[in-house]
Amino acid sequence: MRFARSGRRSVIPGFRLTMGFSVLYMSLLVLIPLSTLGLWAGRLSWQELWTTFSASRTLAAYRLSLGGALIAAGVNAVFGLLIAWVLVRYRFPGRRILDTLVDLPFALPTAVAGISLTAIYAPTGILGGLLDKAGIQAAYSPLGIIIAMAFVSLPFVIRTTQPVLQDIDREVEEAAATLGANRLQAFVRVILPAILPAVLTGFAMAFARAVGEYGSVVFISGNMPGRTEIVPLLIMTRLEEYNYPGATAVALVLLVLSFMMLLAINLLQAWARRSAPV
Amino acid sequence: MSIEVANVTKRFGDFAALKEVSLRVNAGELVALLGPSGSGKTTLLRVIAGLEAPDAGSVLFEGEDATTRHVRQRRVGFVFQHYALFRHMTVFENVAFGLRVRPRRVRPTRAEIRSRVSELLRLVQLEGFARRYPSQLSGGQRQRVALARALAVEPKVLLLDEPFGALDAKVRQELRRWLRRLHEEIHVTSVFVTHDQDEALEVADRVVVMNAGCIEQVGTPEDVFQNPASAFVMNFLGTVNVFHRRVDSLTPEIDAVEIQCPDELPAGSRPARIFVRPHNLEINTHATGKPSLRGRVQFINAAGPQVKVEVLTEFGEVLQVETSQERYQALNITKGSEVYVTPKEMRVFFDDGRPNSA
Amino acid sequence: MATIVTDARFADAAPGTAVRHSSVLVRWTLVLIAVAFLGLMLILPLVIVFCGAFEKGWQTTVAALTHPDARAAIRLTALTVVIAVPLNIVFGIAAAWAITKFRLRGKSVLVTLIDLPFSVSPVIAGMVFVLLFGARGLLGPWLGEHDIRIIFAWPGIALATMFVTLPFVARELIPLMQAQGRDDEEAAISLGAGGWQTFFRVTLPSIKWGLAYGTILCTARALGEFGAVSVVSGHIRGETNTLPLHVEILYNEYQFAAAFSVAGLLVSIALLTIIAKSIVEWRMHRSVRRDMDGGPAAQATLDRVGSGR
Repeated sequence: MRFARSGRRSVIPGFRLTMGFSVLYMSLLVLIPLSTLGLWAGRLSWQELWTTFSASRTLAAYRLSLGGALIAAGVNAVFGLLIAWVLVRYRFPGRRILDTLVDLPFALPTAVAGISLTAIYAPTGILGGLLDKAGIQAAYSPLGIIIAMAFVSLPFVIRTTQPVLQDIDREVEEAAATLGANRLQAFVRVILPAILPAVLTGFAMAFARAVGEYGSVVFISGNMPGRTEIVPLLIMTRLEEYNYPGATAVALVLLVLSFMMLLAINLLQAWARRSAPV
Repeated sequence: MSIEVANVTKRFGDFAALKEVSLRVNAGELVALLGPSGSGKTTLLRVIAGLEAPDAGSVLFEGEDATTRHVRQRRVGFVFQHYALFRHMTVFENVAFGLRVRPRRVRPTRAEIRSRVSELLRLVQLEGFARRYPSQLSGGQRQRVALARALAVEPKVLLLDEPFGALDAKVRQELRRWLRRLHEEIHVTSVFVTHDQDEALEVADRVVVMNAGCIEQVGTPEDVFQNPASAFVMNFLGTVNVFHRRVDSLTPEIDAVEIQCPDELPAGSRPARIFVRPHNLEINTHATGKPSLRGRVQFINAAGPQVKVEVLTEFGEVLQVETSQERYQALNITKGSEVYVTPKEMRVFFDDGRPNSA
Repeated sequence: MATIVTDARFADAAPGTAVRHSSVLVRWTLVLIAVAFLGLMLILPLVIVFCGAFEKGWQTTVAALTHPDARAAIRLTALTVVIAVPLNIVFGIAAAWAITKFRLRGKSVLVTLIDLPFSVSPVIAGMVFVLLFGARGLLGPWLGEHDIRIIFAWPGIALATMFVTLPFVARELIPLMQAQGRDDEEAAISLGAGGWQTFFRVTLPSIKWGLAYGTILCTARALGEFGAVSVVSGHIRGETNTLPLHVEILYNEYQFAAAFSVAGLLVSIALLTIIAKSIVEWRMHRSVRRDMDGGPAAQATLDRVGSGR
């Protein structure tokens, strides 16, 4: 890849230095290590890949990780949109504190979130006990995993939607009203289309984060192979067995998925920029 | 449909945007609300539309109280200053919006909507643009889409907020004449807001001049221009030379120079401002015997139908004088020439507010 | 309870309230749902951590935090932060400078690559270093011969942390410097300033809040990273345990009070982080507002930010 400067030479100095350092740093820290994974993957035979992915344990882990992340991101999309709306449009006591707290999952170490959520949702915990009486097992079940995933990916939709909602021109909503639209029609036909790209971007980010999440999930999941074992944990187990080819095979698909999500997020953001309010 | 605004007051926090404003707009009229920014003209328009609720007073449509009626039910067409087009919808969808959101029983059929929209696009001369998005249109085209969208709901009143504000000078000129013609065609009661006096005087049937939350004068363009009711109106409508003087009995004095003045002047000396429009100042290269101010030419701009001359008087005041090209040739003045300036027509407003006509 | 005023920017008898007003019932319902959801998801876990920390009395809490293993974990975590954060700050500034101050093809590819560590699972982030430097990794035998330990030692922990925190500063600065354009730097250079002078006197002051913001987020993540570090650490008590790993070990040994005590320390840091972040955000907005009063150039900057170009 060449990052050539086009056009005339800039008068601003430092291109070689900064570009050189950036590319070197990123290569050493990210690109070369990630290509190692590719190298290991290249050594895998089709047979090994087939064995890995036909194993019911691998499939169950993928089903759980993808399904759980999808549900967690979906829950966050709905509540995130609602919370963003409330934070932008309404004034009520405690709004600022709530707004600040939204970032907590980004700042809180995932292990701390993991043990705390486990303490809440374990059968001995305050909510876990209630759910247990109702016959619902929260911790050490897929539900617990979804709760942990929802926790770590909670801020994304709120933070992508808030600024767009803030920027919606007052005149556009007024125009809808003068043309006879009621509040619901104005929301569905005018506001929602404007913020949809942002909501979807947040959804994709939340999904990407939830799929790869490890720290908060391992405590609450119970880690039973085939039932409550997520993909990152399976990779971890294979690494602890020094089964590098096995780990590589499982990780490869997750990594490809990450690249696809990154691409999707980029496309969504480009779309969001195009349809942002004038 | 006629509109009546009665004693409307509106404040935003400590700021009084409208102070007991009353106004009547007759059915089919095209009225301009003219004033500087902060004069309350846009607030008045928004109160009529129902976008703002007045703190006191009422709004009547066709004699019926509409003050508490929601904007949705007022059947006003509102054209926003920045158009407020829905940017994720095509031109067609924008125009059709008001028809689409109607309750099912009064909603036109798809075919009716299609024919109504294309009829409107023809009216605003945008036939070929139905499938474009707002971002693919020029400013003038967006303006016309906004107008078509407002007209689609068959409003009884058309309200336009600075309709030409965001356009460049040439497009403005065209759209002004076009709006005038359009109004003659559809004849819907229309009110528009502008801060541009040329625009108001050229387009409107009647002009409402506003200042600091109050109406200063209402009248035909000719009326407000020829007979301004206050110093503010005089000042706001076009360039004007102002002399701060004490005006004494029947003969107000402009410094040392005696100038013939209207006979209706009341007795006694009061501080006043004397206004003279640039074209009402006559310029001569020598004293003519008429009362005049002596000065020197400071600057000449002869590029235009009228020649603009700037004169520095012996009292240190700068006068703007406008004269015809022929007269300018005949005078043969240049920068630095000594000249005598004679007011032909002037208007005196006393600082205590009581007007006087010339 | 106090009343709710509709709409953020036009609160309190400001223009436009007539239309944006939702009904009281709708407003309160939505607010209550939002508060309930955030209370359940965010506030309850916080409360539980502190309850757990002080369950056995504050003596246990203090003992847990002053235990030699805990102190070792604090030291290692601090070392990791001290290595990872400054390097990522330098990278962030360099990358933002290279990307925003020059006309450049492939800009968006670079920006996307910088975001890569965010979309990779932390476990994979740790794993790639194991594949590279681990005993059976590519360079493992060579490192073994020269007696260099990276995996199951602090260098591995530092590398994994640097990997996962790499984008924070850069992704804050790139949009900011993009919006500010090149005019200021070109003006400084036309007035005779050198490259470093231009950077320190013109660029740095205008990006300081963005830089602070990115640094805060970077530090928080460096302190708290678990997955990636867990893979490369080897969990050697008192040697390769960072604070989050220490929490895990205590928890798995059923020393719940001790685990929650250390967790409480991390929660306190997290709370300080989001408070600092809010303050910086507020300062950033204020400086943008001040620039806006500065005239048309600043307004143009905002417009460019607004349209995302």
